Amino acid sequence: MPSLDSLDGDRLDMEKVRCALIGSGNIGTDLMFKLQRSPLLEPVWMVGIDPNSEGLALAKKQGCKTSDQGVDGLLPHVKADRIQIAFDATSAYAHKENSDKLTRLGVRVIDLTPAAIGPFCVPPVNLREHLGKREMNVNMVSCGGQATIPMVYAVSRVQAVKYGEIIATVASKSVGPGTRKNIDEFTRTTASGVEKVGGAKQGKAIIIINPAEPPMIMRDTVHCLTEELPRQEEVTRSVQEMILEVQQYVPGYRLVNGPVFDGHRVTLFLQVEGLGDYLPKYAGNLDIMTASATRTAEMFAEQLLASAAMEPA
Amino acid sequence: MNLEGIQIKVHDMSLRDGMHPKRHQITIAQMQAISRGLDEAGCPLIEVTHGDGLGGASVNYGFPAASDEEYLRAVIPGLKQAKVSALLLPGIGTTDHLRMARDCGVSTIRVATHCTEADVSEQHITLGRKLGMDTVGFLMMAHMAEPAKLVEQALLMESYGANCLYVTDSAGYMLPEDVRARVALLREKCRPETELGFHGHHNLAMGVANSIAAIEAGARRIDCACGGMGAGAGNTPMEVFVAVCKRMGIETGVDVFKISDVAEDLVTPIMDFPVRIDRNSLTLGYAGVYSSFLLFARRAEAKYGVPAREILIELGRQRMVGGQEDLIEDTAMTMVRARGLLPANA
Repeated sequence: MPSLDSLDGDRLDMEKVRCALIGSGNIGTDLMFKLQRSPLLEPVWMVGIDPNSEGLALAKKQGCKTSDQGVDGLLPHVKADRIQIAFDATSAYAHKENSDKLTRLGVRVIDLTPAAIGPFCVPPVNLREHLGKREMNVNMVSCGGQATIPMVYAVSRVQAVKYGEIIATVASKSVGPGTRKNIDEFTRTTASGVEKVGGAKQGKAIIIINPAEPPMIMRDTVHCLTEELPRQEEVTRSVQEMILEVQQYVPGYRLVNGPVFDGHRVTLFLQVEGLGDYLPKYAGNLDIMTASATRTAEMFAEQLLASAAMEPA
Repeated sequence: MNLEGIQIKVHDMSLRDGMHPKRHQITIAQMQAISRGLDEAGCPLIEVTHGDGLGGASVNYGFPAASDEEYLRAVIPGLKQAKVSALLLPGIGTTDHLRMARDCGVSTIRVATHCTEADVSEQHITLGRKLGMDTVGFLMMAHMAEPAKLVEQALLMESYGANCLYVTDSAGYMLPEDVRARVALLREKCRPETELGFHGHHNLAMGVANSIAAIEAGARRIDCACGGMGAGAGNTPMEVFVAVCKRMGIETGVDVFKISDVAEDLVTPIMDFPVRIDRNSLTLGYAGVYSSFLLFARRAEAKYGVPAREILIELGRQRMVGGQEDLIEDTAMTMVRARGLLPANA
């Protein structure tokens, strides 16, 4: 049996789509572990700008090629190493330049920064749409967005939602300096995602940082105000189906309480526990970002592999 | 300690913190009448926004009777000497709200974070200063941070440009010694020109005593609510505090009888229920729970049959911070289920 397993693995390896990670922080490193488990993706490169970063050291140990020269350290190798997908986990400030350099070389870019120069991507809601358009750059909204927009959509696909509001509560230890310096970006981007992807006419987002020890697992509350009185059975079924969809890539995603129906209000109380790959399990907010990005890349990979199979060898 | 001759600035909360017991339903006419009364009585600074600050209008905290902008535009032109402040909690309100408030004529912006999370205030404090506003760093639930930690956080706010730093007893949990320890260390560590303030809640009836302790330790700006109208058992009642200051020779510039009249004739009559220490608001102070959770816990009691006091204790046990109102209904539902009282389909 072991020989068969390794044979199988080799065969799959040959078919994997080769990826690069831009950014060697918590998100980039967690992504690397998720990509290593993927049947469709292979992390080949990780680049950062801090030669002493733990992420780069770990990546090297795991067999990735690394550079501390940022995206420029990767560009000369894109062709030879057949990189087809890159994940940008740097900052909104650096993203546009990174993305332009990569897409020019034909690399598809998945943006985990709040830059949002490409369309928002929330896998269970609109990933297929992006696949159809062969977008070269998609943005993963925000952690709160990934956790809640599927639920807003689960209500809005049943009936019109005139107002969607989400409250993301995250452990203090899971909120990095970038988010803290520009917390308005979270509220604006997430509110916009609640509207554009979630399907609410008006969106609002709130983020609360809780320093309790031991750190609390990410919680998310979704309030929708429906135009007509909520069709309770249909909404409940739609929500339950969507929970299962999200659980396919975030197993620790669960509905703790609800749906609560109160007049036109539909409320869902969620918890997001991470897989604990590199980040601790309480940091479900970071895990749902890396898991959603991985999910997105896998769908891109399926498409890339399918089109490659159509071409003559 | 002899405080005679010390000048302090009292800051009215009845039209902002007082929005909590009013479920944010104070009307524009009521805001105008009360703010004019406060102005007339000599109160120098009045806070006007949704109870949860600029942008607080939401399902989560409650939709107000009017927007922040409508309140501000209705109140500010009617004042002769008093200035108006606005509260902003990063994560709820944004710099867009801050600019709007400035356009309306707000002169003081108070940027509020949980006492250990000051670094989320950088962009808002920086902008407040850039716009030439009196910019305050407001560290909430200050009982949850030891003095040294609180000072570390306050110094971050000072470094972003805050010219005034607040010790905020959001739970009404502190005793005078707790207040003194925090304010005194702040006075020692921050720049001499940085002003210090104290915001109290009256849940353990310590509002006045704590405010006096804060002044002794170096605070010169004290939050009070006319008629005591604020979250929980209310804020330090302004008319009482001003009277005590008068007796001690502390100068507030506020007329004792005029402010008592505003409390009695304008504020008390609009209350939906007496804002006072009852078993639930007492629990806030006793267990160290955010004062604006009070009405949410009461509503959860009415809906799910778990006593509000028990819900509040549980919220304190989970170390919930300001703004986590959403999880009160959730907590009540979980408690009910644990007790086997929730029907399966609820």
